[in-house]
Amino acid sequence: MSWFKRKEKNIQTSTEEKKDTPKGLWYKSPTGKIVDTKELEQNFYVSPEDGYHVRIGSKEYFEILFDDNKYKELDTKLESKDPLKFVDTKKYPDRLKAAQEKTKLKDAVRTAVGKSKGNNLVVACMDFTFIGGSMGSVVGEKIARAADYALKKKIPFMIISKSGGARMMEAALSLMQLAKTSAKLAQLAEAKVPYISLCTDPTTGGTTASFAMLGDINISEPGALIGFAGPRVVRDTTGQELPEGFQTSEFLLEHGFLDFITHRKDLKDKVNLYIDLISNQPLRE
Amino acid sequence: MEYLDFEIPIKELEEQLDKCQVIGEESDVDVTETCKQIEKKLKETKKDIYKNLTPWQRVQLSRHPNRPYTLDYIKALCGDSFLELHGDRNVKDDKAMIGGLGKIGDQTYMFIGQQKGYNTKTRQYRNFGMANPEGYRKALRLMKSAEKFGLPIVTFIDTPGAYPGLEAEERGQGEAIARNILEMSRLKVPVICIVIGEGASGGALGIGVGDKFLMLENAWFSVISPENCSSILWRSWEYKEQAADALKLTAKDSKRIKVIDDIIKEPLGGAHSDRETTFKAVRDAIIKNYEELKNLSPKELVNKRMDKYANMGVYKG
Repeated sequence: MSWFKRKEKNIQTSTEEKKDTPKGLWYKSPTGKIVDTKELEQNFYVSPEDGYHVRIGSKEYFEILFDDNKYKELDTKLESKDPLKFVDTKKYPDRLKAAQEKTKLKDAVRTAVGKSKGNNLVVACMDFTFIGGSMGSVVGEKIARAADYALKKKIPFMIISKSGGARMMEAALSLMQLAKTSAKLAQLAEAKVPYISLCTDPTTGGTTASFAMLGDINISEPGALIGFAGPRVVRDTTGQELPEGFQTSEFLLEHGFLDFITHRKDLKDKVNLYIDLISNQPLRE
Repeated sequence: MEYLDFEIPIKELEEQLDKCQVIGEESDVDVTETCKQIEKKLKETKKDIYKNLTPWQRVQLSRHPNRPYTLDYIKALCGDSFLELHGDRNVKDDKAMIGGLGKIGDQTYMFIGQQKGYNTKTRQYRNFGMANPEGYRKALRLMKSAEKFGLPIVTFIDTPGAYPGLEAEERGQGEAIARNILEMSRLKVPVICIVIGEGASGGALGIGVGDKFLMLENAWFSVISPENCSSILWRSWEYKEQAADALKLTAKDSKRIKVIDDIIKEPLGGAHSDRETTFKAVRDAIIKNYEELKNLSPKELVNKRMDKYANMGVYKG
């Protein structure tokens, strides 16, 4: 005699009626640790189990950096056009539209000004979820305008890079954004406005070959991928096995390209400590 | 505490004193008088030894394993305000050369210096304070950053020399040092250099051109280490003491031949015997010298520095 008895054979519950846990309650880190998403959020989106820094976007970085999550977003209306009538597996305008719908973002960077520990800071933060954080004309223009804003008002400037590189769908126009943003940073340097580059996972291609490596300090988070050619391309081109930890932020620190690596919870403090020191101001608590 | 060979009498007296105190604690014998006598003798012996140090003995003191190193000074001067910065933006982060921003009082300084280790493992990690070209390029990058933002620079010199390695030559050790010397001579911000231990040759000068060049009392500064000098001129390592004499490498001699501006006094027994007093003396020296320099315009600063180096050297005719 069994404890439970199935009256009818097979599973009779229809798919709609099946009970399921709501999506997004748990996060699984690459080492297989399971973390409650609420806990993850409170821990600056870093897994408390293994210190893994989860990829986050502009919304989360603004929340981390700006006091009380208050900021004014700049140039919210800029959108990409399709100057080359580019088609790959999809038409570029369709791809843009799909990305906008999926991410609720206009393009792969958002720029904002707000108070960080009481002082103004201009931040340009890329979103990887928007076509791989690729840089086209809009990204270039928004970063240049944010730099202009910082320049005019003499506010320290920070770019948070998170990008696969230049956007192929705008071809040479994308490439020229490397020159455009770098030239703008030269103006900022001339005016002696501090510029901080935070390279997050991943920072590759055209971003590395322009603004990401041009900070008064270049900093990063633990375990971020940073490189010019991505690891797959390097492996395929050279036929060589890549050393352990190749192109991680730790690798870049060892090879002299980063000033320091910081845990996300210390990011706001460290950035503001640097700003106070370099501008010879009293340290803020 | 570790003792150098000429410090043995001090070691013996300190041990006697310890024993005496133990006896006092463990038995009813009154040892106050004996202790006092030993203390008095200890003080006299210390005075006797440290007031009459030979140049070679000072070289030994400058390498004393307990002597404070660059990061000890920076941490004592700046506390939590120190933010270490890394990398030459080229090939490597050199662990033998460290740098970063920190505050003394209200003023931010860019600190740069060679770093030695305090045990076998860390000595290897720091490459015994011998920087590679990337170390000098890291130093220059940080100096340029300080210049950009108008911040004064303090360098701590403590090196047996730049690293004489194969890769160091490939990457241009000479070029890196030369570039630093040239660029430092025209930096538009005050530069204060302090020899805290060993100041050997080009390796020292690579971060050692400035408006004020100071030396701790038991540091040494010369074109070569006494051992290497002995090996080259006497063709034997045995003559290091004579070489130390001949090179006139002590702080006092350096002041006399006008290659340095001032001497920072060390406590009796050397910098390591009383670190806090040493740190305070260095802090006071930095503040005093910066006060003298801070109101000069960049042009005056550079002109004075150029003049200073133009006047180095002794000749006739």
